[in-house]
Amino acid sequence: MKVATIAGRAVHVDDEGFLTVYGEWDEDLAETLAARIGIELTDAHWKALRFLRDDYRSQGETATLRRVSVVGGIPTRQLFTLFPKKPAKKMAYIAGLPKPRGCV
Amino acid sequence: MRNLVVLGAGTAGTMVVNRLHRRLPRDWRITVVDRSDVHHYQPGYLFLPFGAYRPEQVAKPSRPLLPQGVDVICADIDQVMPELREVRLAGGRRLPYDRLVIATGVEPRPDQTPGMLDGGQWRRSIFDFYTYDGALQLASALRDFRGGRLVTHIVDMPIKCPVAPLEFTFLADAHLRRRGIRDRTDLVYATPLPGAFTQPVATRRLGTMLEHRGVTVEPDFLVERVDGTTLVSYDDRRIPFDLLVTVPLNMGAEFVARSGLGDELNLVPVDRHTLLSRSHPDIFALGDANDIPTSKAGSVAHFSVDVFVGNFLQHIAGRPMTGRFDGHANCFVESGDGKGLLIDFNYDTQPLPGTYPLPGVGPFRLLEERAVNHWGKLAFRWAYWHLLLPGRPIPLPAHMSMAGKHTEE
Repeated sequence: MKVATIAGRAVHVDDEGFLTVYGEWDEDLAETLAARIGIELTDAHWKALRFLRDDYRSQGETATLRRVSVVGGIPTRQLFTLFPKKPAKKMAYIAGLPKPRGCV
Repeated sequence: MRNLVVLGAGTAGTMVVNRLHRRLPRDWRITVVDRSDVHHYQPGYLFLPFGAYRPEQVAKPSRPLLPQGVDVICADIDQVMPELREVRLAGGRRLPYDRLVIATGVEPRPDQTPGMLDGGQWRRSIFDFYTYDGALQLASALRDFRGGRLVTHIVDMPIKCPVAPLEFTFLADAHLRRRGIRDRTDLVYATPLPGAFTQPVATRRLGTMLEHRGVTVEPDFLVERVDGTTLVSYDDRRIPFDLLVTVPLNMGAEFVARSGLGDELNLVPVDRHTLLSRSHPDIFALGDANDIPTSKAGSVAHFSVDVFVGNFLQHIAGRPMTGRFDGHANCFVESGDGKGLLIDFNYDTQPLPGTYPLPGVGPFRLLEERAVNHWGKLAFRWAYWHLLLPGRPIPLPAHMSMAGKHTEE
């Protein structure tokens, strides 16, 4: 596991830069992570990110797009608008959660 | 008497019943419920569209596959009442249980994608091959195919046998070449994954194999709807087709949802090492029906049942379960022209090249296209009916081994 300095803070990350320690994340960090991939966070983004954070705490897994839409109530089409091209991966990155598991 | 009720007599359910029947204490009675009295060899569906198997080679009556002395009920399941510890069948019959095993698998749900089932093209230019009927009807559609755009497509993960769509594509390429119409056909592989597969080494190998066969990969393609004969993604990419071979959304059984036991895909959340329900201490979910993060595949059912049987005997004796399932899976991957690959992996280790099951010897070669792997896949059908389902010993360890694997690429 590597340690990276993001927003002036040392955090643990994997090879692709996903945070690996749930408690090292906060909302300021999210703004920085989002900016790194060209996203400016709005209320709509935050609704998805907060769902992801809460769901991870209870489930121990990063929610899939289908779960964010069915359980979190955010339509998939909107997730593609908010986090273009790769919404599942981008949401997890900004929310400081493990990359969604590639379901093999 | 104490009651074990097993819901589903597919691969996992049949194996569990055969294994536990021999080992449960005398005061336990086993009841099995399935809505069908026919057992299908699902890996055989892949070959039906190409006429390589006859239908009767992939289906047998289920009763003779289950032991005498076990109650077998052919019925639809209405609901599980976890608080009452009973199962209600359609028609009102009630089955009390002391332990419940849910092994009702997943099924393709074309109704979940707008325009797929209801757009007028289902089983005309849109086919699936994960059902017996679908595979048979695809066989005649392929016979009539004269060239054009043939698209293999996955709606969303997880799916049963995640390598099957790749295998179908390889076999279709070989089939079209044999018929001399490959140059009149565009082959497209549309997947919600970022590449051919999820794990890096296997994705490189399998991706290269698609490339060599001139297959266009459309990665990160999450379908929103089917518009006539065009797939439309949530980010408005459009893939037209003349023949679509799709893997519809895979969902667990509806009774799981009605019983409040499922997640958003009607899969039962379980502990990934013991397969015990995360909310009910007397319910296990085996095979495709659970939510463990590995392949939905018969090999996973097999290896996990190996661990489960010992655990279950401990559990009913009130002792802690000491077996831990590691997510072990392996799959033969048909690549066409009488060759195939084999992959072997678990929760923590991606598919790697090497030899299996004997280090350095094989006979199978991991992640390499070889005839021996193809013959292994064909021989497996016999082993499935005669060794695997009856629960006879197969000399393959339940846990994945690193011996014989090469970690340097």
